[in-house]
Amino acid sequence: MTSPLSSQSRPRRVVVVQAGLGQPSSTRLLGERLAAATRDALLERGQEATVDVVDLREHAHDLANALLTGFPSGALREAVDAVASADAVIAVTPVFQASYSGLFKTFFDVLDEGSLRGTPVLMAATAGTARHSLVLEHAMRPMFAYLKAVTVPTGVFAASEDWGGGDPGQGLSTRVEVAAAELADLVSGRAAAAAPARSGTELADPVPFEELLAR
Amino acid sequence: MQFGIFTVGDLTTDPTTGTTVSEHQRVKDTVELAKHVEQVGLDVFATGEHHNPPFVPSSPTTTLGFIAAQTSRLLLSTSTTLITTNDPVKIAEDYATLQHLADGRVDLMMGRGNTGPVYPWFGKDIRDGIALAVENYALLRRLWTEDVVTWEGKYRTPLQSFTATPRPLDGIAPFVWHGSIRSPEIAEQAAYYGDGFFHNNIFWPMSHTRQMVALYRRRFEHYGHGSADQAIVGLGGQVFMRANSQDAVREFRPYFDNAPVYGHGPSLEEFSRETPLTVGSPQQVIERYAAMADSVGDYQRQLFLIDHAGLPHSTVMEQVEILGTQVVPELRRIAAARKPAHVPDAPTHASRLAAARSLEVSR
Repeated sequence: MTSPLSSQSRPRRVVVVQAGLGQPSSTRLLGERLAAATRDALLERGQEATVDVVDLREHAHDLANALLTGFPSGALREAVDAVASADAVIAVTPVFQASYSGLFKTFFDVLDEGSLRGTPVLMAATAGTARHSLVLEHAMRPMFAYLKAVTVPTGVFAASEDWGGGDPGQGLSTRVEVAAAELADLVSGRAAAAAPARSGTELADPVPFEELLAR
Repeated sequence: MQFGIFTVGDLTTDPTTGTTVSEHQRVKDTVELAKHVEQVGLDVFATGEHHNPPFVPSSPTTTLGFIAAQTSRLLLSTSTTLITTNDPVKIAEDYATLQHLADGRVDLMMGRGNTGPVYPWFGKDIRDGIALAVENYALLRRLWTEDVVTWEGKYRTPLQSFTATPRPLDGIAPFVWHGSIRSPEIAEQAAYYGDGFFHNNIFWPMSHTRQMVALYRRRFEHYGHGSADQAIVGLGGQVFMRANSQDAVREFRPYFDNAPVYGHGPSLEEFSRETPLTVGSPQQVIERYAAMADSVGDYQRQLFLIDHAGLPHSTVMEQVEILGTQVVPELRRIAAARKPAHVPDAPTHASRLAAARSLEVSR
């Protein structure tokens, strides 16, 4: 039997990177809602997806260590590999002192160069007040532009009042669906990302030495 | 297989006493360390080259020449010689001189140096690091192998009919290793020339070492110097030993926790798991380092870092003693037992001279 799904290639890997610290965390909740909406939107486009969530809180020590040693160790290595090989990344941070949190930034600081090149990224942020919402455009989008990621046009910001309900048609749910649809359009329109290049695999041949000599 | 010590030459406050030895003392201690390395039966002493505090070894051939005068068997090397910021003409002359003084007991390890500010002090730019390593080394080889060199490049004044003096001992240039942690271009450079490749193998996961050595071996074969398993590989390592492993951990922990490179980060246990650092009994060191060849193949040189992070000189001397009497004899035995006959030893002046002579005879 041929379903619309089986005609597609393997499930797309969606990785949520979330820097929420609380328990429960509104940042993690927002990440999960965006992931679920993205999975639904991909299914509508005939594409299955898997979702992994990277809770940066669990890697806080390893992140500090990676800054000092220059390499990510243990479980952080796996998280870094997962993001580098993702078909889509949903990046969610709380706003601290008018920007993304230090923990959030540190994770992107320790990624290998080129890890996010061409990767579709949906940005989202949470804060106590909507007056911080431009963090999406003034802090997050420039960083992802530098990393050569492909950010979806709609970033999703959730302030305390959004969790209370908000105006029908203008509320958080609508923004989540719009952003997830944009991400799904980007992901379903492109080939699946290469399998994760895990540490320990063989290095590709370098530039032949005669070429280096001739430069 | 060759075993030895490589020193970074850092002047670090001993975190357990708060004392810092003088530069004078550190330089003198380094000489005593090298002499002890020979006395306990190890083969190689290599010094780093740095041009900024808190390091003291800025003039390797001065120190190595002084050591050469007080030793008879020890092989003198570097870890590393800055091929980027040193003038290749001066490297050619300094190390040829050292060869004559030490009767050939000299080889070198080329490195780019990872301290950005150093480059401009010598009129260079760190963004040219790889290109400098490529051009300077190509010139250095010519200066050692050709009596009269006319040369023009990007990074140095042209040379017209120049002869570097003295000529290398017996007309044989010192053997060269190329050290790099993550730059494939340097593994490629070592492979291209059929030189040795050294991975410092400290402060980094073993996976980096394995990847880089595998690349070097593959390209060594590609360039026709022999089969991949005949390539000349050296590894670094970092150990601290006491008869009782718990004593080793207890004694080394404050030095680890405050070390300049990795201190205040991962725990000693985490770092020992992730990198080749081994703190424990001599037997634990033997087991960990005997297994290195499983990752990188049979290799020719193993150097240990033992004298950094403010460890007292007396402790460092004890570590050399333990290596020489309890660890290295066993590692030698294991390495010799597993090495196939077609895998060569590390080249020495004597072996390179013999090879050159037999080539002449066969002509």
